[in-house]
Amino acid sequence: MLQIILNATKQTVYMVFFSTLFSVVLGFIPAIILTLTAPDGLRPNKAVYETLSLIVNIFRSFPFIILLVLIIPFTRMIVGKSIGTTAAIVPLTVSAIPYIARVFETSLRETDPGVIEAARSFGASDWQILFRVYIKESIPRMLNGVILLIISLVGYSAMAGTVGGGGVGDIAIRYGYQGYHSDYLFICSVILIILVQAIQMIGNYIYKKIS
Amino acid sequence: MIELKNVKKDFGDLEVLKGISIDIKDHEIYGIIGQSGAGKSTLLRCINGLETYNGGEILVDGVKVSTDDKEGLRHLQKHIGMIFQNFNLLSRLNVYDNIALPLRFWGIDPKSPEAKQKIDSLIELVGLTEKKKARPRELSGGQQQRVAIARALVLDPQILLCDEATSALDPEITKGILALLQDINRKMGITIVVVTHQMEVVKQICERVAFLKDGKVLAEGKPEELFVKPIKEIKSFLQEESGLLPSEGVNIQLFFTDESSDEPIITLMARELGTNFSICWAKLEDFRSNVFGSLIINVREEDKERVCSYLDGKKVSWEVL
Repeated sequence: MLQIILNATKQTVYMVFFSTLFSVVLGFIPAIILTLTAPDGLRPNKAVYETLSLIVNIFRSFPFIILLVLIIPFTRMIVGKSIGTTAAIVPLTVSAIPYIARVFETSLRETDPGVIEAARSFGASDWQILFRVYIKESIPRMLNGVILLIISLVGYSAMAGTVGGGGVGDIAIRYGYQGYHSDYLFICSVILIILVQAIQMIGNYIYKKIS
Repeated sequence: MIELKNVKKDFGDLEVLKGISIDIKDHEIYGIIGQSGAGKSTLLRCINGLETYNGGEILVDGVKVSTDDKEGLRHLQKHIGMIFQNFNLLSRLNVYDNIALPLRFWGIDPKSPEAKQKIDSLIELVGLTEKKKARPRELSGGQQQRVAIARALVLDPQILLCDEATSALDPEITKGILALLQDINRKMGITIVVVTHQMEVVKQICERVAFLKDGKVLAEGKPEELFVKPIKEIKSFLQEESGLLPSEGVNIQLFFTDESSDEPIITLMARELGTNFSICWAKLEDFRSNVFGSLIINVREEDKERVCSYLDGKKVSWEVL
């Protein structure tokens, strides 16, 4: 039992870590485009903003379990198979990208317009404003978004069991719930609680450090 | 030298600036005063290209301010520092790094010895040597504005624009900031343009002032000329009440806007004309360390002619109310 649960914990951490990493990197790009082209952005462009915004919303409206199944062909294309822990990273990432894009966009756009105006008054170029003001000032807010994302990914990763992803949530469902082993259910729950609590605490600590 | 020639601006149907012409000389402290919504801040932002304008022309040292030429505008902005009502410091940078920020925009390494020396001397100038490593939120409003002033000076500008820079500060702190601005103007010869709705600011530091209302310049001149004997619109802006004046006799208001304020006119007049009168209202104000003011006296009907001609002889301007 210990071996099973330890293994599952490793799988959860593995899935959550990589899907967070990929979605943060990939979600950053649309977030920047949304920020720049927003009505109050540095390069307002209604067509680009509205289109991208719609795409983000469409992807966000899929229930995760549906998305998971829908993109199986895409998953196979990327990792070569549609089953397994690594394969589960793909749907997790795909569902997290629009979330991160929106969270980062909101964080970036919360930057005090006065500070941006001050930077402009000193002759800063748009790129300098983007990196030295928007992103620099938003990092703590973006970090908060990432913490929220990691915690929801821990939850979503339980559903990844559907495609053989494994993980703590999967064990809890299969051994604990379906197999009537309440001890598994209990231990898995405790592990998830510890995991979420640890993520939140580390997040809060870093937030305090950098803001 | 900043020349504004018939500058116009509208936001769609709303005309904000209706043809403004002002010349601001080098090394002077020039005030733009008016109620909120008069177009002051918009006008100020046109000078450094933060806002576009639709008509007329703005020349800074002979160069036209144009937002079409982005590179040219950046170089112009390098010579024009700006401070704001809400200080607009970067919350995640400490005092030193905030001041260094404009240097980074211009590719100057803030860690180079020259940059370090410059930033340190500016921190000293604004009196924040102890707070070099502090974050903005650890500072009071007045201290934050001092950081903003140092930041605005780091690129050696010839012009400093102040947008309601003291409006968020209490009166005592405001005085300190104004003294600092005056000091900078004297020591470095920087032209300062101040936009404000606060009379104290204009009175304390401005050499010349323009009174803006509804996007037009209603009056321009020395603050004492505009405010001691104000025109109707300025009077309503100042919200001055002379109180209840006697209904008998004649009320005469005297204005002291030049050297005459040194002479004891009132007592001299009483003695020389051998008459009595009562003082009903008086106000003295400090303009850049000179005292100017006005006074309302009540005289008997039969003394009116003599009093008026006496005042004319002493070159005191007056007005029968």
